[in-house]
Amino acid sequence: MNKFFACLVVLALTLAPSVHAVAADEQTAAPLVVPGAKDSTDLPWASDGEANVPYVFHDPEHESRMTGFEYDLVNAIAEKMHRKGRFIQNDWDGLIPGLSRDLYSMVVDGIEMTPEHKAAVLFSRPYYVTSERIILRKDETGLDTMEALKGHKIGTIKDTTAERMLRRQGGSTIRSYEEETNAFSDLRNGRLDAILLDAPIAMYYGSISDDMKLVGEPIGSMEYGIAFAPGSRALRDQVDAALGELIKDGTLHKILARWNLWTPLMENYTGDHTHPDIAPVEWDRYRAAMASTTGNNWKVLVHRYVGFLPLIGQAALMTLAVSALAMVLAVALGLLLALARHYGGAVLRLTAGFYVEIVRGTPLLIQVLFIFYGLPAFGIRLSPFMAGVLSLGLNYAAYEAENYRAGLLSVPRGQMEAAIALNMTHWQALRLVVVPQAFRTVVPVMTNDFISLLKDSSLVSVITLTELSQTYVRLSSTYYDYFGTGLMVGAAYLLLGLPFVRLARMAERRMGRSMGGNVGHH
Amino acid sequence: MRLLKGYPELTDLVLQASAIAKSFDGNEILRGLSLDVERGELISIIGPSGCGKSTFLRCLNFLEHPDAGTVRIEDVTLSCTGKHWTRANEAQAHRLRAHVGMVFQAFNLFPHRTVIDNVMMAPMQVKGISRDEAQATACTLLEKVGLSGVKNRYPDSLSGGQKQRAAIARALAMKPSVMLYDEPTSALDPELSEEVLSVMRDLDDDGMTQLVVTHDMRFARAASDRVLYVEGGEIVESGDPDLMFANPKEGRTRRFLRTLL
Repeated sequence: MNKFFACLVVLALTLAPSVHAVAADEQTAAPLVVPGAKDSTDLPWASDGEANVPYVFHDPEHESRMTGFEYDLVNAIAEKMHRKGRFIQNDWDGLIPGLSRDLYSMVVDGIEMTPEHKAAVLFSRPYYVTSERIILRKDETGLDTMEALKGHKIGTIKDTTAERMLRRQGGSTIRSYEEETNAFSDLRNGRLDAILLDAPIAMYYGSISDDMKLVGEPIGSMEYGIAFAPGSRALRDQVDAALGELIKDGTLHKILARWNLWTPLMENYTGDHTHPDIAPVEWDRYRAAMASTTGNNWKVLVHRYVGFLPLIGQAALMTLAVSALAMVLAVALGLLLALARHYGGAVLRLTAGFYVEIVRGTPLLIQVLFIFYGLPAFGIRLSPFMAGVLSLGLNYAAYEAENYRAGLLSVPRGQMEAAIALNMTHWQALRLVVVPQAFRTVVPVMTNDFISLLKDSSLVSVITLTELSQTYVRLSSTYYDYFGTGLMVGAAYLLLGLPFVRLARMAERRMGRSMGGNVGHH
Repeated sequence: MRLLKGYPELTDLVLQASAIAKSFDGNEILRGLSLDVERGELISIIGPSGCGKSTFLRCLNFLEHPDAGTVRIEDVTLSCTGKHWTRANEAQAHRLRAHVGMVFQAFNLFPHRTVIDNVMMAPMQVKGISRDEAQATACTLLEKVGLSGVKNRYPDSLSGGQKQRAAIARALAMKPSVMLYDEPTSALDPELSEEVLSVMRDLDDDGMTQLVVTHDMRFARAASDRVLYVEGGEIVESGDPDLMFANPKEGRTRRFLRTLL
């Protein structure tokens, strides 16, 4: 048993530092340490860069680099403030909670300045004004006004102005999506009749493929603002000033024009009616990159998949590090819980039982979010890595505890008695006689648990850890390639699990031999 | 309290138990048993199933906690008063067990360790004896019980008789003053029993004090210095084996012995 433990610990320890190093090198790295926002030259900001074209996204030409018109804008703002923008990836749902956790000082992610949003956060002045657009399949006609959408299945993004407009008008079947890429897939395969979305998204997603088209006039208007924590008035004012300068000196115009996003609405908002000759280089670059990556030419595919390998490798390391450390925690804590339930006094027994029931009776996702976003209320701030390890470890400890309890029960009472009669203490009897025998019956279940843990570790992607599942979502939605990417990521999970299956088999065989080959004899 | 006439006055009492009482769920299993044991005696404890003889034996090293009574072995005394089993009780029981070895009907060897490791484990872990010394002792003991050839095997590959002899060696490795045997041959075929009983006879010749709960009347009669007949949670009769088997004084003893013939 000791050797098996030792293997796990050594593995975890050797992996953990390398993962830190890898993640720190990556520009998109999640904050492994709670950022020292005190550094005055640093401007940490967050966005959800997963499939968030053209706002903030992974450059298809170079997957580990971020790009997007908001990305360019924040860098320009930071430059005006003589600071350096530091991008932090976070899940859409975690963006605003992250502000109050002080993980970063502002959020830029096409957040609409609606009354509800204004009540929750402090906004800068608008940096972009836009409207909604309708997207159809090439073969469809009509459906080019709000009125015409009645009686049809319409897709949009949840919690957006577009969604509210559809609800207010009524008469259509509304499907609200988390990710716009899924809406476009559903339009393409006929599950939707039309999509109503913010113009930048509509343009970038709807017009790069041959099978969709933008129709009708821009509808309504809304403003995007930079979000700050309610207390960050001073920073907000600095950013507003910088934004004002960018508007005045034409930098904002230039950035938006490069992305092909300068519109009459922006002319009216800024009062800038000039027409400088700026080529839409970013727009062209994106279209070219997608044209070369969305093709099904096998050379292109192979080239793309080879490009994915380092990203998937890094993500696999992260998945392995989180899972292995969590398993070490689960094994240690699970054993203590099992011993407490099996041999402890009334208080210990009850406490351990209570823990096991609570943890097994609530969803892991809730536990992950609670530990990462809930505990800071009590002054406990954990890095995403630590929070991920802790939540998975604490969760699996409950399952391991039950597993070990069954193992302890499988050891005959006479073993404990013989040890006590040999004048061992209870603790010695447990450590030397009972636990090693219990461990043997427990190993197969533990192996299964570890494989499950490996898969459940995908849940920690919600707290900004760039592990395998998040990488899958990101890559597949950037390239609309759920199949090939899925196979690669699936293979990565399988490869991660294999060594542990083998390790467990070896441990089982070794222990099986030591029992004279009669495993399960008692 | 001396039970036997004809012994020299107050020699060396290695074990004294007095008024040991024990109930399980309101059933009185032991009704105040008392026993003095001379150093070097071999005592067989016989009686019908469920009479309390095993429980009595297990109370002597506190694997069962008596409700009342006192046990002294060598210089360690522990009295139970029917209250909770306290931490202090456990500490005293631990001191007392240093002088007692026990052998079980089901052997209870540690299946995850080799035979020699079974013998070496407690001396090293409990007494802190060095590996070399423990190994030397273990080899001597295994030789004595005739298991030198299988010392590196795992218990599951041994015969029942070998297992029980290994269990005896394991208990002896702690250098006890008294050995307790709880039906040591009940799980064994007759010829395998003989291997075990002959080891016990050898130990008797070496002067070991042994208390044996047994159903083997031949062994009780031939090898014991004294036989106790226990029934209904009390010692009904006690005395020289030949006298008791030939001419039991108590009616209950006579009835029990008659059913065995």
